[in-house]
Amino acid sequence: MIDLKGIKKIYANGDIQVAALDGVSLHVGSNEFVAIMGPSGSGKSTMMNILGCLDTPTEGEYYLDGTDVAKVSGDDLAVIRNSKIGFVFQGFNLLARTTALENVELPLLYAGIGSKDRRARAVAALESVGLGDRVHHRPKELSGGQQQRVAIARALVSNPSIILADEPTGNLDSRSSEEVMAIFQRLHAAGNTIVIVTHESEIAEFTQRIVRFRDGHIELDEKVENQRKAQAQVLEEGVAK
Amino acid sequence: MNFLESIRVSLRALRANKLRSSLTMLGIIIGVAAVIAMVGIGNGATASITSQIQGMGSNLLTISPGQSNSGGVNGGSGSSNTLTMEDVDKIKALGPVVKAVAPIASSNAQVVLGSGNTSTSINGTTEGYEVIKNVTLARGRFITKADVDSSARVVVLGPTVVENLLGDANANIAGEKIKINNVPFQVIGVTTATGSTGFQSSDDMITAPISTVQARLLGRKTVRSIMASAASKTQMQTAQDQITAVLRKSHKILEGKDNDFRVQNQADMLATMTSVTQTLTMLLGGIAGISLLVGGIGIMNIMLVSVTERTREIGIRKAIGAKGKDILLQFLIEAVVLSALGGGIGIALGYGGSSLAGKALAMDTSISVSSVLMAFGFSAAIGIIFGVFPARKAAAMDPIDALRYE
Repeated sequence: MIDLKGIKKIYANGDIQVAALDGVSLHVGSNEFVAIMGPSGSGKSTMMNILGCLDTPTEGEYYLDGTDVAKVSGDDLAVIRNSKIGFVFQGFNLLARTTALENVELPLLYAGIGSKDRRARAVAALESVGLGDRVHHRPKELSGGQQQRVAIARALVSNPSIILADEPTGNLDSRSSEEVMAIFQRLHAAGNTIVIVTHESEIAEFTQRIVRFRDGHIELDEKVENQRKAQAQVLEEGVAK
Repeated sequence: MNFLESIRVSLRALRANKLRSSLTMLGIIIGVAAVIAMVGIGNGATASITSQIQGMGSNLLTISPGQSNSGGVNGGSGSSNTLTMEDVDKIKALGPVVKAVAPIASSNAQVVLGSGNTSTSINGTTEGYEVIKNVTLARGRFITKADVDSSARVVVLGPTVVENLLGDANANIAGEKIKINNVPFQVIGVTTATGSTGFQSSDDMITAPISTVQARLLGRKTVRSIMASAASKTQMQTAQDQITAVLRKSHKILEGKDNDFRVQNQADMLATMTSVTQTLTMLLGGIAGISLLVGGIGIMNIMLVSVTERTREIGIRKAIGAKGKDILLQFLIEAVVLSALGGGIGIALGYGGSSLAGKALAMDTSISVSSVLMAFGFSAAIGIIFGVFPARKAAAMDPIDALRYE
């Protein structure tokens, strides 16, 4: 699924070269649920950008579904992002003036899928995160938790190989956070591969595996012994409807 | 993403910012409307000048005296009295190439009828004038050869003169006696109104036999100018050459010396006037074109602001799979839609504006299809040219930086 070998990312800052990632190797198998943790400056954001094909490593190999994407750039990378990766951001990053449905349709739009099919898949994705009744709402008419669920629907609508979430609960209260984690757990149970970046250990406990970064290295890679089960009342209600 | 979807996305973005979009369009609207209106009015002016010159008579040649030059003082064109009635006869004798000839001797005089009086110009001429000027009569008849030969005291009045004398242009005045400089004349006809106004209006004019005007009003046998009508348009040059030759001979001008008269060709006049109005049209169109350019820069400016403002949106779109091409197309279409829509509205406004101006100035403004196509094509091109730079800027954004943009 994901295979990183000796990934280095070096930023040149004048004469000084800073290695944000200094030879990281990581394997994430299919249907894993991984949390990447670490203090700020540890390289976890850089890791996220490379995993998400937003950035390319200076050195190393990155196999995504068996193909090396480390040397791909520009529009080809955009195609990979579109088909293989679903993003969830800390700040939701929804288009403000468009409805939830249109936001979720967006990846399919760029994939060149016809409008009927697009709509059906977007509605299904929204229903799966319990927002079947909020399809025509705009982001500002939704709560933070609901906005993040729209973003999750957008991430999974194109059936990506992995869902990448960068601090998905960073802007949410604890109740909404737990709802969002419940959705991730359900998506995981349904067979999705999910990688989330977080600095909160309570959030990491909802996953199966924690990878800790420090100074551009992997410091610790461990299994979560007692995985917490997230409770989400809204989700049950939403699905019940 | 296909082209239709790109258009849909762009239209949505424009709708989201209605005020800004319409203000940006305003620049193009004004530019295109100005181009269309200016060119339309210019074309109308050309057409009206052409018809005015043609209304002076068909295939007209005007012969005027040359410059007097006494003691080194140049009196200017038409200041000498070199044309005579003999010249008129010689031109008449040229044969079929000249259809009609009419000498003009004019004077200004006070005209009295009962308690009414007016000051107007009196044109002495011959029966050829009726042919050359296509004179039509509302009442009575025009002067004849017999009138000229016998120096008859008869006059044909313009309708404005009748109105000034009797207070009604349609009053039956034929047969009445009027006094010009205390000399009684009999009114034999009234011309129909031609609608021409201003200096030397053919409506505010009295026509009399030239012999009478020379004897009774001028007191000398001078001819101010001679009008001649060529048999056809193609024979104008031949007629001009023959007239020049016969007058040189009659005036005994030696080989190599300058003419003491001038022959003006209506076609030349027309060409001169047309080139003047066309230059003016181009000038006005050019000025309007500059406003179109300014409108285009306005679009670029707004698009640049829009790209910066929507950096985050661009980042999101790129992160979820938009290619550079998709983003480029999105912003380019926005720019082209702004300018093309502005162009369309501008054409409609310009059309309305020039029709209004045409009504106000009483002339036929004509909007040519070519100027409409040109203005529309030009505004669309402006959209592309000024849209490319901001769109490329958007397309080239790095998704990570764009997503971080606050």
